[in-house]
Amino acid sequence: MRGKEYRLGSALRGGLLFVRGVPGVALGDRVVVRDHAGHTRNGQVIRTSEEVVLVQVLEGTDGLDLERTWTRFLEQPFEIALSNELMGRIFNGVGQPRDDRPPLVSSIRRNVNGSPMNPAARTRPREFIQTGISTIDGLYSLVRGQKLPIFSGPGLPHNRLAAQIVRQSRIIAERARFAVVFAAMGVSYADAHFFQEDFERDGVLGNVVMYINLADDPPIERLILPRTALTAAEYLAYDLGMHVMVILTDITNYAEALREVAMARGDVPARKGYPGYLYSDLAEIFERAGRIRSRSGSITMVPVLSMPSDDITHPIPDLTGYITEGQIVLSRELHNQGIYPPVDLLPSLSRVMKDGIGAGETREDHPRVANQIYASYARAIEVRNLASIIGTEDLSETDRRYLEFARSIETQFVTQGENEDRSIIDTLTLAWQLLSLLPPGELGRVREADLAKYHRQKQVAEAP
Amino acid sequence: MSTALGRIIEVNGPIVTVFLPQVTIGEQVRVGELALVGEVIGRDGGRAVVQVYESTESLAPGQSAVPLGHPLAAELGPGLLGNIFDGLQRPLTEIREQSGDRIARGLTVASLDRKRLWHFEPAPDLSAGSTVAGGTVIGAVSETETIMHRILVPPDVNGELVNLAPAGDYSVEQVIAQVRSRDGAVHPLRLYHRWPVRKARPYGRRDQAGVPLITGQRVLDTFFPLLKGGRAAVPGAFGAGKTMVQQQIARWSNAGIMIYLGCGERGNELVEILETFPQLTDPYTGRLLMERTLLVANTSNMPVVAREASIYMGVTLAEYYRDQGYDVVMVADSISRWAEALREVAGRLEQMPVEEGHPAYLASRLSAFYERAGRVQTLAGGYGSVSLIGAVSPPGGDFSEPVTSHTKEIVQAFWALSKELADARHYPAIDWTESYSGYVDAAAVWWAKNVDPRWSAHRTEALGLLLQSDELARIVNLVGPEALSPAQRWVLEAAALLKEGLLQQSALDDVDSFCSPERQFALLDLLLDLYHQGRDLLGKGVPVQRLLQLPVLGRARRAKSAYSNGQMDGLKAFAAEMRDAFQPLSLEYAGSREGSA
Ligand SMILES: Nc1ncnc2c1ncn2[C@@H]1O[C@H](COP(=O)(O)OP(=O)(O)OP(=O)(O)O)[C@@H](O)[C@H]1O
Ligand SMILES: [Mg+2]
Repeated sequence: MRGKEYRLGSALRGGLLFVRGVPGVALGDRVVVRDHAGHTRNGQVIRTSEEVVLVQVLEGTDGLDLERTWTRFLEQPFEIALSNELMGRIFNGVGQPRDDRPPLVSSIRRNVNGSPMNPAARTRPREFIQTGISTIDGLYSLVRGQKLPIFSGPGLPHNRLAAQIVRQSRIIAERARFAVVFAAMGVSYADAHFFQEDFERDGVLGNVVMYINLADDPPIERLILPRTALTAAEYLAYDLGMHVMVILTDITNYAEALREVAMARGDVPARKGYPGYLYSDLAEIFERAGRIRSRSGSITMVPVLSMPSDDITHPIPDLTGYITEGQIVLSRELHNQGIYPPVDLLPSLSRVMKDGIGAGETREDHPRVANQIYASYARAIEVRNLASIIGTEDLSETDRRYLEFARSIETQFVTQGENEDRSIIDTLTLAWQLLSLLPPGELGRVREADLAKYHRQKQVAEAP
Repeated sequence: MSTALGRIIEVNGPIVTVFLPQVTIGEQVRVGELALVGEVIGRDGGRAVVQVYESTESLAPGQSAVPLGHPLAAELGPGLLGNIFDGLQRPLTEIREQSGDRIARGLTVASLDRKRLWHFEPAPDLSAGSTVAGGTVIGAVSETETIMHRILVPPDVNGELVNLAPAGDYSVEQVIAQVRSRDGAVHPLRLYHRWPVRKARPYGRRDQAGVPLITGQRVLDTFFPLLKGGRAAVPGAFGAGKTMVQQQIARWSNAGIMIYLGCGERGNELVEILETFPQLTDPYTGRLLMERTLLVANTSNMPVVAREASIYMGVTLAEYYRDQGYDVVMVADSISRWAEALREVAGRLEQMPVEEGHPAYLASRLSAFYERAGRVQTLAGGYGSVSLIGAVSPPGGDFSEPVTSHTKEIVQAFWALSKELADARHYPAIDWTESYSGYVDAAAVWWAKNVDPRWSAHRTEALGLLLQSDELARIVNLVGPEALSPAQRWVLEAAALLKEGLLQQSALDDVDSFCSPERQFALLDLLLDLYHQGRDLLGKGVPVQRLLQLPVLGRARRAKSAYSNGQMDGLKAFAAEMRDAFQPLSLEYAGSREGSA
């Protein structure tokens, strides 16, 4: 069978090629499809039986016919070559060069699907990564090995934010052990170029591996691209001991490609046409972030996802939120007010921050300060809503302070420059400065001792 | 039982069709060169449809299929506690020894350690000639410092004891007794036996009596209690706090045995338990929590068929400890992921979907699963219970979706998590209007007897204040706070105090993470007393502003973290102090009933 080419295609549909009469083909095997002009495409067996084999053609089936298409079954799984020469390179979704340089050769080859990490081999993410961005460091701290997506929408500055995170979170002293894996699925040339330039300007290109599938590249290739990229990331992290930051953009394009193939296969849809296995499929990708007890490296993942119609309940952000360890949600409203980065404080969350902050990590009061800001900001938003109905005159003195607090949080704490790198201590100082706009009695989430130490306003005895 | 060799005909995701006549539904089959195991879920002529527990990548038509002659079964014996298993009961630490950081396919690993020796003490009242039946306790080993593991006659064996081993150290494989059944067959008994996971273990009879499961979480115990042997669901959007609620229950509840089932969720959440529980002590026994805990983990990136099986594995282990007379609690995170696994298999079989792709049998499977909860009189005559607490992850946080709505019809306690509360960092984000418990009356008996006879009245009053305040808040949002009377303003304040000072309970607060029943009631009493004092003063003409400015309110909010379970005296002293704080106002306005409000 190996090496032998068959011209036994029986049907072509939505990126799928049905091949009849080739027995004994294994699921997941790699396939080379050659069209009438002699060009080859990559395929993968996604269903197999004695009668018919279903091949997913990663470059799509456009331009293929049944009469002049040849299929070769390689009898091997989808693997890529890995070595430290990866660094600084640009590949497509199946690991072929996109940078006019020769393909990577190595005796180390790994299946892009990986295999599930044993939960008993993991260790909890718990090292604080300073991104220099107040909202993230202060309120939704990123921890090594965490998966923390950015939920965004068209026209919002998610790329700038992701680039700023990458740029500023680099730990200088450990630079040699730091790598970025950038995986772009269906993004515009401009967006991909933006990142490339940013890495270049920052002088880190040599620490970056890029896997690129642009908006006009074949959509089905997007299904394998994150797996290829993560296989590289796992190699860098667990074989070479590096701290790897993986940027995956845009998950929505990935999920749409998955839906396209699912439809073509006739899979039963769950919601909005997305197949029922979208959750498990995304989990296979996102769960590849983490730390392993016996290894020194780590994989921290920042997926970027644009929410269709800014709807956080859409299946893609929804299922992602169910898998990742929190989310940074961008707000169109803040963005329209010129606020950068427009992080929406209430729906954003980092679930593993509790292990990465506080005494010994950042500062002892950090967890309580973060709690207090969420709570006070939530209250302030309530007051703001009330004020929009009844006006500000009828508000109490305290409520008026809440309004001021909300505004200051947005314009001073959330707002910061794209190249502004704040230390966590600066962030906490700023937090206390703003919390001091509120009377100490309103601050129920911090301790008396915190108030004594950091609150700027003297406790004023309120006269009856 | 057949030993015929079959072959693979088709591979479609986890579903493998094989040519293999004579296999039974539920029977396990080993397929392919990697010897992957699955179970038969359908027959069609000589073909059998097998759902395979592991990834089927690299399987090909023509490869072999071998029937194993038995269904998926659990190994039940000492060595379960403190361990972490996958959905097929393979110990994950042992898998790690064998295949490293990643789970290789086709591994066969014994569930229970074959080498370890256990000190067995035979039951003093039994000897050769005694009559035994399924469930009879023939002896015990101490599985952990706190847990005595009773060795049971398997449910399907009964007859006359031929012999019983003397006290001594035995491995699980050694025969410790023999039973001759009426037909003359002699059954060797070991420290463990097997039981098919999809079949509920038998018991004597159901028992209705029940005491509350104390979770140490105020909003649960005080407002929406669960009984031992009860069933509860925790539905909520992502990030609303389902896992936290379940982890808190796993940490703090007064269960005899705790089973934590990670079903299609995050690997790191299990690591969290594995890394923190060994350092935590049980507030009731003072012993390490891990001694009474076992984990079953089939995380989201592990194969879906094993995920489907994992809830049955979990509940079978739970029933086994129930049969030994324990109150077992299993928290399952998340039942929705199990339903999705079911849906995925149904979809591959091209079964007709009814709602959002789910098969028609979703509701019946779901209720059959929850039916395995309950308090029973065991076959041995003692009492034990299985409580089931399932998380539900509704798509889009919409509770009208199939899994949530079917679950709602099955469970008695429904702990609805609200996205709005979670966004405002009101944790646990359990919504007091959406949640309910059908166990309140039974719990009230216990609280009245063991804590305070006013429990029921207090609970009702507090819930009433919360609901009234929600109503008032709607008015405020329409026309502003000025529209409210002073008494209504005070209700708003009282409800705010109840939310902050009672309902909110941070899992991360060392002092407050666990709240004893006594302290739960004391805090409730304190806050209601505060409300009453203020209400009386309003009646005397004290302006509501004066009340709102009392510094004691801030202290009442923080009382939950200021006084630990061991500082009940401090809390009582504070309650008295609080009452005193109202005194000056009371004197000032004494007799001036006409004063402006
Ligand atoms: N009782 C609590 N105390 C303190 N923090 C809490 C509590 N409950 C929830 N949280 C916060 O909310 C976050 C999310 O909670 P959790 O992980 O339990 O959500 P979930 O409902 O299980 O979400 P998912 O469905 O995505 O798994 C936690 O990481 C924590 O920060
Ligand atoms: Mg959860």
